[in-house]
Amino acid sequence: MKIKVDLMHFQELNKLIKQTPDLFVELKNCIGQRYIASGLSEKEVVIEGTPGNALAAYLSGSTIRVYGNVQEATGDTMDEGLVYVYGSAGDATGYSMRGGKIFVRDDAGYRAGIHMKAYEDKIPKLVIGGKAGCFLGEYQAGGIIIVLGLGEDETPVGDFCATGMHGGKIYIRTNNPPEHLGEQILVNKVDNLDEINDLILEFCDVFDIPIERINQKPFYVLTPNSAHPYKKMYTHH
Amino acid sequence: MKLEGEVRIPSGCAISGIFSKSGERIKGDQIIKSIAVMHDRSNGLGGGFAAYGIYPEYKDSYAFHVFYETLQDIKNCEEFLNEHFDVINLSKIPVRKHPKINKEPYIWRYFVNPHETKLQSSELGEDEYVAQCVIKVNATIKGAYIFSSGKNMGVFKGLGYPEDLGEFYKLDEYAGYCWTAHGRYPTNTPGWWGGSHPFNLLNYSVVHNGEISSYDANKRYIEMFGYKCNLLTDTEVITYIVDFLNRKQKLTFEELSEIIAAPFWSTIDRMPKEQRELLTYFRNKFSSLLITGPFSILVGFEGGIMALNDRLKLRSMVVGERRDRVYFASEESAIRVIEPKLDKLWSPTGGEPVIVTLDEEDDKEDDK
Amino acid sequence: MYPNYEVIRNEKKCINCNLCLNQCSNEVFYYENEELCSDDSKCVNCHRCVELCPKRALKIVKSDHVYKDNNYWTKDDLEDIYRQANSGGILLSSMGNPQKYPIYWDKMVINASQVTNPSIDPLREPMETKTFLGKKSANIKRDKYGKIITTQPPQLKLSVPIMFAAMSYGALSYNSHESLARAATELDILYNTGEGGLHKNLYKYGKNTVVQVASGRFGVHKDYLEAGVAIEIKMGQGAKPGIGGHLPGKKIIGDISKTRMIPEGSDAISPAPHHDIYSIEDLRQLVYSLKEATDYKKPIIVKIAAVHNVSAIASGIARSGADIISIDGFRGGTGATPTRIRDNVGIPIEMALASVDQRLREEGIRHTVSLIASGGIRNSADIVKALALGADAVYIGTSAMLALGCHMCRSCHQGNCNWGLATQNPELTKRLSIEQGYKNLVNLVRAWEHEITDMMGGMGINSIEALKGNRLMLRGIDLNEKELQILGIKYVGE
Repeated sequence: MKIKVDLMHFQELNKLIKQTPDLFVELKNCIGQRYIASGLSEKEVVIEGTPGNALAAYLSGSTIRVYGNVQEATGDTMDEGLVYVYGSAGDATGYSMRGGKIFVRDDAGYRAGIHMKAYEDKIPKLVIGGKAGCFLGEYQAGGIIIVLGLGEDETPVGDFCATGMHGGKIYIRTNNPPEHLGEQILVNKVDNLDEINDLILEFCDVFDIPIERINQKPFYVLTPNSAHPYKKMYTHH
Repeated sequence: MKLEGEVRIPSGCAISGIFSKSGERIKGDQIIKSIAVMHDRSNGLGGGFAAYGIYPEYKDSYAFHVFYETLQDIKNCEEFLNEHFDVINLSKIPVRKHPKINKEPYIWRYFVNPHETKLQSSELGEDEYVAQCVIKVNATIKGAYIFSSGKNMGVFKGLGYPEDLGEFYKLDEYAGYCWTAHGRYPTNTPGWWGGSHPFNLLNYSVVHNGEISSYDANKRYIEMFGYKCNLLTDTEVITYIVDFLNRKQKLTFEELSEIIAAPFWSTIDRMPKEQRELLTYFRNKFSSLLITGPFSILVGFEGGIMALNDRLKLRSMVVGERRDRVYFASEESAIRVIEPKLDKLWSPTGGEPVIVTLDEEDDKEDDK
Repeated sequence: MYPNYEVIRNEKKCINCNLCLNQCSNEVFYYENEELCSDDSKCVNCHRCVELCPKRALKIVKSDHVYKDNNYWTKDDLEDIYRQANSGGILLSSMGNPQKYPIYWDKMVINASQVTNPSIDPLREPMETKTFLGKKSANIKRDKYGKIITTQPPQLKLSVPIMFAAMSYGALSYNSHESLARAATELDILYNTGEGGLHKNLYKYGKNTVVQVASGRFGVHKDYLEAGVAIEIKMGQGAKPGIGGHLPGKKIIGDISKTRMIPEGSDAISPAPHHDIYSIEDLRQLVYSLKEATDYKKPIIVKIAAVHNVSAIASGIARSGADIISIDGFRGGTGATPTRIRDNVGIPIEMALASVDQRLREEGIRHTVSLIASGGIRNSADIVKALALGADAVYIGTSAMLALGCHMCRSCHQGNCNWGLATQNPELTKRLSIEQGYKNLVNLVRAWEHEITDMMGGMGINSIEALKGNRLMLRGIDLNEKELQILGIKYVGE
């Protein structure tokens, strides 16, 4: 199904997407409609334009391709599925994501991957091609975040990266790993990319980026040194 | 129910702005189209616009836009205005009946110049004289509220969704080099037009999204310097802070943004010495003007506009550029709807001001 | 008179180790017929024996001995009269006013964000508590190149707006003093020498020291004035507004005599007023004489007791050159004070602070002076409320003493402090180790800092300056209109 969206109300649009028996939905000229594909499973949605906030929230297995930028809270509490953004993402991308994969070709705003978490085989992944804003991976409890820093000479993450991180991993491709991190964060150069190799290949394949570009710089990985960093803070009344 | 000003009402919002660096005058329908996309960020309980460059025929006079509750209020206020100003032109602001806009107050417009002898005997500068008169009317003349008081600019606001108010005020018939818009999401409805945004004093107008947590600290400080926060809204106090720091203390917009959205100490401590000293000085000296909590604001001023996010960037804002136009909005879609093709689009970081001013007129240079 | 407290010893648990006997400086315990007995009349209820008893065989209970019921003449009234009839003396007490006056801290509740703006997680987001104290102008000046001139009157920097209140060496032991100095240094805050001068060994903590100048001018000389980062003129004290001090000669021994610069055994008497200040313009003279003596490099703090006209007085002080005003409420503690004064003179700090802050704002001079509130700050919530009412920082005295081990027996004036704090008896003073004492102080302030940032985060405030004077963050409960008006806050639900 193909929908010319323009200024259609989001409820009308989302109803059409949900109700169509078609497994492939194409949206043209999307202008800020919110909650597209929220909780959606099985279907593939291809979007041109600028979808609104909370795109792919609670996504439950669908594949979303956006030819353009996405706004705030993309993939909020996403559970399963794929989101490909052929552009940049706004703030709080992948908030509390618990599964599935988000690929952002360019940059991500503040608080990307905030409170991502993992459980057993559910390991969410967020790959950012350019740079990420401040508070990347804040409270991260699980899952994998990758920042490739393509086209960036400086450290491709903002201040207060990984504050309160207590699980998961953040991979950053750069010559200049971030400084002034919290004392609970360990930074190590990566020798072996096995864990993220498939994700990098998928990123390059989807966005048509030669793998050689990726290999030009080393990766660093950020991990927390404790799963319960605050246990010493309390005394009992 | 208590009116705005008698009770503090937190609210969320949408903001949008358009600026032409070349000074080309843009019609009001553009900004209406932009703010309308973010309909869901408002709840119909307030909206408004500020427009700069719309009164070229009266550009040297102050344009007062005034709400009145009763005919008697008009009389009382005009008495004051006639006493303190030479009124060059007065009229009702033209409006178009709109099904969704009702219970509007009397809305009048006056083009005024300060009364020469009154101004001289006050020993105040012209702007200060006007500012004090405006604050006085709003604090003391019941039922009268001057909601716009700049030169060659005007605020248009009321109760309703912004796009409906835009039609109501016939903004398609105005043209200006800068427009800002606001759609409000207050947490209750006092039903008062003056409480909507933008808030304005002289040429400063502010639209704001978010609820600041430092409000009373800011208010109680700024009120020491002759301001009276009648509305108890964030936007009002921010406007006064901007007026105080820019007009009175002659700080640039870059500098004032370093006060109201100061960097964290951890960031300041890593700065080069001179900058560190200045920023420490600012944070120490004007500690009560630090604004905390979420905000993204657009500040309109004569010949320019500033966009600023709180230092944690708790609200979204994007900026787009296309040729001489700069666009600002809470959401990218509100820009794309009026300019799908942008040369550049970015999200300013927390506390990073984006300041755009009219291109210098270098015609005179060329004549030489 | 029958003792107020009784020492109860559980003979089944007691192993007759005699620790209690050896520890009690009040000589409560003694042996009679080879049996360990206690003279309850000597017990001050300081818990030294209770806390140290290895078998928990001891406890102190309130005596159930009673007089005939009388709702007007209480036990305390009767016994005070008996004491005075016997001795002809003025009743003497210690610590702060313990009477049943309203506690306004407990009638104010703090706000938190819900929905309309986000609370902030203090464990992960940056939370700032750095505070500057000092005079500030609101005007910007530029040099001829347009560069902003950043020089300011001298400022004090605190990592968190908590300072240790003035407690003199003499009233306190050396170890107590050094614990405070060391803790202040580690915490990057300030402690206050009190009015007894500064021991030579403690000059090294100068960067975290406020030196005090009181009416007795003990130990005041040029080096002393230069020793700290600020000078506090003590005009008054919440525990005894309007009167001076009296450190008995028996405490003026050894280093204390040297530090105070008075002979051993001589009473150290602080006059009630400064005899060079009989009017507000004289205060200006003292403020500027101290500024001159220290080249205008140190902010001058003027400390006053909270009394009826406190806001007008504070306004006068603000205009007399003071950089900082410290206001001490009637709950403020002391090592010795006439009971009637402690219990009946002065006003609550909450009211005094609210009224001073508002008055200075109405006069448009609040920014020209910083405010320190003190007198009964019990916990981090009290601090948050004080800041929201308008304080720039607080002094804690009693709380700091408690952190050092004080058990509030309120017998400091007797000089037998079993915890080694308010005494000069070397057998007792060695009971407080500096190492442990300073750590306890650091722990307390750090814990409170965490709690303060927790509460700030809840309010959506990530920098303490946005809390200062932010009275909308408070609501009153169980208060009348007048009280709400003075506190400048709304009622809960409003």
